[in-house]
Amino acid sequence: MTPIDAKRPLQLNDQGQLRHFLSLDGLPRELLTEILDTADSFLEVGARAVKKVPLLRGKTVCNVFFENSTRTRTTFELAAQRLSADVISLNVSTSSTSKGETLFDTLRNLEAMAADMFVVRHSDSGAAHFIAEHVCPEVAVINGGDGRHAHPTQGMLDMLTIRRHKGGFENLSVAIVGDILHSRVARSDMLALKALGCPDIRVIGPKTLIPVGIEQYGVKVYTDLAEGLKDVDVVIMLRLQRERMTGGLLPSEGEFYRLFGLTTARLAGAKPDAIVMHPGPINRGVEIESAVADGKHSVILNQVTYGIAVRMAVLSMAMSGQNVQRQLDQEIAQ
Amino acid sequence: MSISILGARVIDPQSGLDQVTDLHLEGGRIAAMGAAPAGFAASRTLQADGLVVAPGLVDLGVSLREPGYSRKGTIASETRAAVAGGVTSLCCPPQTRPALDTSAVAELILDRAREAGNSKVYPIGALTKGLEGEQLAELVGLRDTGCVAFGNGLKEIPNNRTLARALEYAATFDLTVVFHSQDRDLAQGGLAHEGAMASFLGLPGIPETAETVALARNLLLVEQTGVRAHFTQITSARGARLIAQAQSLGLPVTADVALYQLILTDESLREFSSLYHVQPPLRSAADRDGLREAVKTGVIQAIASHHQPHERDAKLAPFGATEPGISSVEVLLPLAMTLVQDGLLDLPTLLARLTCGPAGAMRLPAGQLQVGAAADLVVFDPQASTVAGEHWYSRGDNCPFIGHCLPGAVRYTLVDGRVCHEA
Repeated sequence: MTPIDAKRPLQLNDQGQLRHFLSLDGLPRELLTEILDTADSFLEVGARAVKKVPLLRGKTVCNVFFENSTRTRTTFELAAQRLSADVISLNVSTSSTSKGETLFDTLRNLEAMAADMFVVRHSDSGAAHFIAEHVCPEVAVINGGDGRHAHPTQGMLDMLTIRRHKGGFENLSVAIVGDILHSRVARSDMLALKALGCPDIRVIGPKTLIPVGIEQYGVKVYTDLAEGLKDVDVVIMLRLQRERMTGGLLPSEGEFYRLFGLTTARLAGAKPDAIVMHPGPINRGVEIESAVADGKHSVILNQVTYGIAVRMAVLSMAMSGQNVQRQLDQEIAQ
Repeated sequence: MSISILGARVIDPQSGLDQVTDLHLEGGRIAAMGAAPAGFAASRTLQADGLVVAPGLVDLGVSLREPGYSRKGTIASETRAAVAGGVTSLCCPPQTRPALDTSAVAELILDRAREAGNSKVYPIGALTKGLEGEQLAELVGLRDTGCVAFGNGLKEIPNNRTLARALEYAATFDLTVVFHSQDRDLAQGGLAHEGAMASFLGLPGIPETAETVALARNLLLVEQTGVRAHFTQITSARGARLIAQAQSLGLPVTADVALYQLILTDESLREFSSLYHVQPPLRSAADRDGLREAVKTGVIQAIASHHQPHERDAKLAPFGATEPGISSVEVLLPLAMTLVQDGLLDLPTLLARLTCGPAGAMRLPAGQLQVGAAADLVVFDPQASTVAGEHWYSRGDNCPFIGHCLPGAVRYTLVDGRVCHEA
């Protein structure tokens, strides 16, 4: 049977530039590197007394969060403001959907208010794809986290953190520790590390928190923390949600901490100059010891700073990609 | 109305007939094969050189959506779609609203099907009242109204003792029970086959064991009660092996598979297209190969469309928030012909799985060509092709095959000697 016509990747325009940012799946290394380089240049903007550039002047960026968030929403707001855009933030979980409005209608209404860009967080995996494909293809859609699927700006800010502290990816060992199963951050990190050429990606956790078939990402699975952390350059800790204690995934927070919590003693097994990362918010004493979270290996707060620069890069690149596509479409129409 | 169909390759898998000959129909029945009976005067002659005549297809899973969900489809629209796909007899599942658990609902469906005058409809009744899994429906009353088998859909009977008793009761009256084997607990919250693709997409998984655990339990209960059992919508290679084992022990069990499970795998989910959201889920390539093998050997004796039409809104949401199901009865024949094109089955074997196989599983008076029997036929061109979606009768266009060029084209579908579809 004839397969479906090969179509252009949803998140790229005809020239291969970003027009949505939905997932890191299928994005070439050059594009990821371009995001990191652009973010690097924006870091300098953040250090200035006047922290603004006019790239998105006159554009409206709409943050639509169907799930609660503080850090991600705030850094997206700051990023858009520093690009001189008008910013609206909606906490939709408490408004339209409780009145029975569908995701489709909520987004259509916002589109009618002439938004140029949506930053969306939603609890369903694939929500950002759905919006970009079926709701408003003309508006740049940035995935701010969809279910367990992807959190691509977090993935890229993690990569920026690693590159700035380690110089590159070619000779690194990176360990991702904890609840991989429910983590969109872990999935985006794995894809990004792979695409950027990291040769040794490890995931560490009990089998109940490791997704089936994860080896397909090109990662090695460890169920023993000491073994998995041996000589790594980077440790990425994941947040453990309380609700994982029900349903037989884990017996208790205490047992998880005893086996997979990152302590000073455990970290000693990594390289002496290893860095410790965490997407936040951290659970002290559940997945990470305070002495580690606040210690000299920790770059957790740097991640937050880099997050703004990465989001500025993605917002400006996607807006530019949409504009280019619109021009191309107009030329074809004429 | 008397019709002569001349010069076609006539294939009847049940009797092994496969030859070029003529068919003569009169009074809704097959009057003769070969020479016309003395005094036979055809009021219509179909020149069928190069075409194939086979028993009309028998589809064990076509959701007609009435009563209760006419925004998704009606008995008239979906049976019309069915005859376009070459289907002359179909079974509709009991998940209507209200559920098909009373004779009144069964009568309503049968009446509307008769009015529509397309495919013949054989309802599958609810095994328990409201499909709630607690109290038995009036099975014998439903049988007397026309239900040919009983099932509970994907809603398992949660209590094993209730299930065992339901089977015993059904066995008392030699009724056929249709099992959807999916363990409720193991499948809970799941959206896709538990495997690398679901892990990659971050979709909650439904493990293969959701099928095999339920299947193993159901087979043990079938053995104990001796009930006639049909296992529907098998999705895994291991599930098919369990069926084969039971058959080799001599248990009276039959099985069917959804045609799309023989074609698609969970690889299709990569872009989150809700068109591929089905329950039970699309599984791995290894499972698909195992299912194909089981169809080839006859362990799975029936291929069904498991047609589930939806209105547009039902599929217009993020993957997990959409309703599962594919609308495909109207491409049943050409879509199934891809299995011949791929070299998996020869044409007579494929037709067996679409005619006498399913008819036998449900003991339907259908699926074979016999002089004196009802003239339910499909006439198709195996060399031509069908562009799926060019004509579309179903109310649901939730079909991932739309736009595909499929091998084979239905020319005529006849029910009781009447041309119900012509293309």
